[in-house]
Amino acid sequence: MERTYQTIEHGVKHYKDSLHPVSKKNYGKWKYHERPRPGVLKHVADSGDVLYTVRAGTQRQVTVDTVRLLCDIADKYCDGYLRFTVRNNVEFMTPVEKNVDLIIAALEKAGHPVGGTGNSISAVAHTQGWLHCDIPATDASGVNKSMMDNLYEEFIKEEMPHRVRLSTSCCEINCGGQADLAVIVQHTRPPRINHDILGNICEMPKAVARCPVAAIRPTVVNGKPSLMVVEEKCVACGACFGACPAMEINHPEHSKLAIWIGGKHSNARTRPTRMKLVAHGLPNNPPRWPEVNAIVKNILMTYKKDAHDWERLGEWVDRIGWKKFFEKTNLPFDKWMIDNYRHARVSFNQSTHIRFN
Amino acid sequence: MSESKNKDGRTFLNPTPILDELTTGPWPSFIKAFKEYGEKSQKPLLRGAIDQLEFSYKTRLGYWKGGTVGVKGYGSGVISRFSMIPEKFPEAKEFHTIRVQPTPAFHYNTKELRELCDAWETYGSGIMTMHGQTGNLQFLGAVEKDVQPFFDTINEKGWDLGGAGAATRTGNACVGPARCEMACYDTLETMYQVMQNYKDQIHRPEYPYKMKFKFSGCPNDCNNSIMRSDIATIGTWKDAIVVDQKEVKNYIEKLGKDYLINHVAMVCPTKAIRFDKDEMQIDNDNCVKCMHCLNVMTKALSIGKVRGVTLLIGGKGHLKVGSMLGSVMIPFFKLDTHEDIQKYIKQLDIMIEWWAENALDHERIGETIERIGIQHFLGAVGLEANLDMVEHPRDNPFFIAEY
Repeated sequence: MERTYQTIEHGVKHYKDSLHPVSKKNYGKWKYHERPRPGVLKHVADSGDVLYTVRAGTQRQVTVDTVRLLCDIADKYCDGYLRFTVRNNVEFMTPVEKNVDLIIAALEKAGHPVGGTGNSISAVAHTQGWLHCDIPATDASGVNKSMMDNLYEEFIKEEMPHRVRLSTSCCEINCGGQADLAVIVQHTRPPRINHDILGNICEMPKAVARCPVAAIRPTVVNGKPSLMVVEEKCVACGACFGACPAMEINHPEHSKLAIWIGGKHSNARTRPTRMKLVAHGLPNNPPRWPEVNAIVKNILMTYKKDAHDWERLGEWVDRIGWKKFFEKTNLPFDKWMIDNYRHARVSFNQSTHIRFN
Repeated sequence: MSESKNKDGRTFLNPTPILDELTTGPWPSFIKAFKEYGEKSQKPLLRGAIDQLEFSYKTRLGYWKGGTVGVKGYGSGVISRFSMIPEKFPEAKEFHTIRVQPTPAFHYNTKELRELCDAWETYGSGIMTMHGQTGNLQFLGAVEKDVQPFFDTINEKGWDLGGAGAATRTGNACVGPARCEMACYDTLETMYQVMQNYKDQIHRPEYPYKMKFKFSGCPNDCNNSIMRSDIATIGTWKDAIVVDQKEVKNYIEKLGKDYLINHVAMVCPTKAIRFDKDEMQIDNDNCVKCMHCLNVMTKALSIGKVRGVTLLIGGKGHLKVGSMLGSVMIPFFKLDTHEDIQKYIKQLDIMIEWWAENALDHERIGETIERIGIQHFLGAVGLEANLDMVEHPRDNPFFIAEY
């Protein structure tokens, strides 16, 4: 059938028809907000108008029926409007105070936990994994599900020292991003090279250029042009795999998981910081990753017990020192946790500042 | 789980004992959602994708590969996925994803969201991601012949595709003035205008690598623009924090002065806060707009009145020089009017053009600036060096200045 439709190049859709009327009326004229209970925000405008928000967790990987169910709740209590957060939470807004409990009841009935506000552990920013990605070594959606099952109580309460942001990623590119705590794939072997297909499916110069340590070189195998990896130089980042699927980096045993902590994008108090490695070589153990989740919970509960109010995870460690962090969490420190990449020296202790006790 | 049994007592979906372990527990289960919808809709491609996912869980490997599927006139927006093992999972042979640009800050009305769902139910697997890490509304799983009609259907309703590959990517904004008293500029409108300016570059990859934009209304940076975008636009202000001393007294009554001294004044990064008697004094000349006191005392403190944005450039993930945070290029830019935003876009255009001309393949703008040198960048884009760009002046002598 011939296509008669002509594409309209709209670009990003405008928001004018998608905002709740109270949002629209008081746009840019908000005075303050409060948190009446975990999962609920109360914003007050200069005009005196009040807008309640109920925040709830979602699967992120949803179906049209999940979305329709959320729409039903929004139609019933929120004048037909809803929004999502960058951490895959859904938010329902209403000016009517008595709707708040009704929204909470409807969400809980539908299996969507209400929470993720204030000093809670909010939902995980995560990647696609085996469901869809072309280079995943694990399934971040499953890691996310098992992690949030384990931390559920801290999502629906506000009892952490400060907000906690989590992420998980299925490869070292780390699309899940920096967070207070992140679970990320760590490859432990150089890629295995599939010479039979490499010449046919890869742009070799691109794969060579992609390597951060210049470990990939052209070669000839069985009379056919191919690539080789200088294994002593390889850092097992997997960058070449994205450019050339014949550089098989993923491995059921040798692709492990690592835990990173102390990422913070907010400028509050301290400057934004990047995450640091605190555990690696953990088994990639679907469907529930128990070894990873035990360590995640241990770190977060130690932080909960020990940190001051308003101290993010990384700020807590900065105060007590990394040595105390490893002591308190009983995690092993090893030489591979000392940086040996570019700019490594800036992370060395170039002083005599040492806590001996 | 509600599984409808067929006449012969079998369900439509095949058994997935490993995935089923993810249907228990208090957090919403994506597997439960998929399987319920799979039984109801009886879509073979969804069954195939679930089967392949079960196989991935069993073998701990992924089985999707890319290819080239697109819509007419565009070079990006569709992520093609073909099964690597179609002989094993013929129903999962094709499972392409369509990236759609949502409205800024993911606001929806239910009418438009239902329309999207109906179209996706007609043409696709029924699975969606809300939302991708860059900020796309993603529709996961369609066969090639249905990609164009799905796009045509939603395009008629005002939706357009997002970016992929070496293109400008879909933008992302925080909730901003729609519901936050801390928004220092209009994140939604600014994002709308900036992304409109780059819509051609979103649809037609023409750059050395990806180019990402994120918009946060204040230095709390709720959508992580400093780390997750090449071009981070973060709201700030220049004048004094507005203090309501009556509300300060209420906080003292509620939390105690000791609490406020220990958890607000003492953690102020520039020690700019004092409590004299029951009044809060802020040394505004020394305030770096970190947001902490405003976050704790939301009712007593408000952002200043002279508002604008700080532009930070160069945020990115690990590949390939290591993760980088954006760094200040323009300390303060007023974005009050449509004209201001257009002026801002012109400034961004010049920087992006410099990058597009100077970058190596697969090099993000932050890497290019670092490789070529910030002096070259500043000269080329017409920015004056200033002390807000650095933590401190250089500590090595390896340069030749122009005398």
